[in-house]
Amino acid sequence: MKQVFFEILSQEVIAKDVMKMVLGGDTSEIQGSGGFVNIKIDGLFLRRPISVCDYDSHTLTLIYKIVGSGTEKLSKMENGTVLDVLTGLGNGYDISKAGDTPLLIGGGVGVPPLYKLCKLLMAEGKTPTVILGFNSACDVFYEGEFQALGARVLVTTADGTYGTKGFVTSVMDGLDYSYFYTCGPEPMLKAVHKATKTSGQMSFEERMGCGFGACMGCSCKTLTGYKRICKEGPVMEKEEILW
Amino acid sequence: MVNTKINLSGLLLDNPVLCASGTFGYGYEFAELYDINCLGSFSFKGTTKEPRFGNPTPRIAETPMGMINSVGLQNPGVEKVISEELPKLRRVFHKPVIANIGGFTFEEYTEVASLLDKEEGVGLLEINISCPNVHGGGMGFGTSAETAAEVTRRVKAVTTKPVYIKLTPNVTDIVSIAKACEDAGADGISMINTLLGMRIDLKKKKPIIANKMGGFSGPAIFPVALRMIYQVYEAVKIPIIGMGGVTSAEDVIEMMLAGASAVQIGAQNLVNPFAAKEIVEALPSVMEKYGIENLESIIGGAHRG
Repeated sequence: MKQVFFEILSQEVIAKDVMKMVLGGDTSEIQGSGGFVNIKIDGLFLRRPISVCDYDSHTLTLIYKIVGSGTEKLSKMENGTVLDVLTGLGNGYDISKAGDTPLLIGGGVGVPPLYKLCKLLMAEGKTPTVILGFNSACDVFYEGEFQALGARVLVTTADGTYGTKGFVTSVMDGLDYSYFYTCGPEPMLKAVHKATKTSGQMSFEERMGCGFGACMGCSCKTLTGYKRICKEGPVMEKEEILW
Repeated sequence: MVNTKINLSGLLLDNPVLCASGTFGYGYEFAELYDINCLGSFSFKGTTKEPRFGNPTPRIAETPMGMINSVGLQNPGVEKVISEELPKLRRVFHKPVIANIGGFTFEEYTEVASLLDKEEGVGLLEINISCPNVHGGGMGFGTSAETAAEVTRRVKAVTTKPVYIKLTPNVTDIVSIAKACEDAGADGISMINTLLGMRIDLKKKKPIIANKMGGFSGPAIFPVALRMIYQVYEAVKIPIIGMGGVTSAEDVIEMMLAGASAVQIGAQNLVNPFAAKEIVEALPSVMEKYGIENLESIIGGAHRG
């Protein structure tokens, strides 16, 4: 963990209530994919944890949904604003288990961490298939970005206004894959847990106090013991999850 | 040069800045960020006899200027604390530490206290009496003067280390409970634990926290803590470790003027992991600003003349 002061370089709306924010600053503590950062917002007591979508040596891309007062305030901040951010949080995805044809499954704002993961997998010569699930056409984002990486992309919407009508599991039948990685709302994770034929890794969300393992606010029970979502998570192995 | 040293029941602290139990783990998460030996000391995660997972999640809710938690004393149990956590703690912290003890029966308090009494690195026992008494209808030990005094007497009988009783503010008369603990032999009072609070999610129309209610902490509660410390200081002769919403060196001094001999930093550690270090560093210049040469001399200063 490292405290870094980032400058907002840009912010844009990429879907209904979904913002893409690019920050400039020291990303040296951020590694792999599937981790998160914790942002201090003036006037609010607790930091806001947001998953890392992408980064290079000096920029950090975050995608977040406006769901409450914190993200609302964040979305209104102007370019040049300096943010106090704790970086390098969470365990992240382990890509060593991917096999040659991993399946990436994202739901809503669970999609962003899969982007860096997809990049890393492709750099290793893997051939990922990506399923992106949303509620409606107005919620869809990053289909083109994943395609631009060269991944095969399948999009589903619950109301059928874009892509295949249904849930992420609706397009999984008949797919051949070596391993899976997923992030999304808990009902989706449960469905994916049931529908997948291989081992995999799942990223969880929980209300956090500190985000770095001190307060025990986000603990969960697993078959391998108690874990803190912020420290030993947010990524867990399919086989250790207790629903 | 200003003097920040404090003698707390024979424990010589380099400064009165301590970290509060449940906000600082066993120290090593913070030791990755800075040398935690700059602190006066800290109170480690509340320890019970058996391992506890604690309460269901969500356990955390935000409030204006604070937060509510309902962790439920998650800890690995006293045996593992002694065999695994304390050795790790000692590698990063070389001063006497404060052992925070929770319990659900009188016997649990004494069993845990007698085990931690043998630990050399433990300088002081802080007894959390906000837990429900399972043999007393679930009423908190800290909500009656009788049970608070009984816990104090029993723990004092099994340890030679100083015993501080950590009081809950969720009572009608905290002064009478503090006095009962003093009469029962407590070496000091630790106050205040969190205030019982609640938030409701407007979208779900249900309490945010799975356990519905939780402990309210953060800067919002500072004036309440300060007032209670002021009242208890008037009534007891034993030292007080003050806590509740402290975020700055100025707050530390204010709480000492109310009657605290040392001050714990709690919720602020969670939002600014460097908070305690920054307060320790700011203390000498803030003392100079207010013409304070010797910090120990200001304890209870607001009560004089």
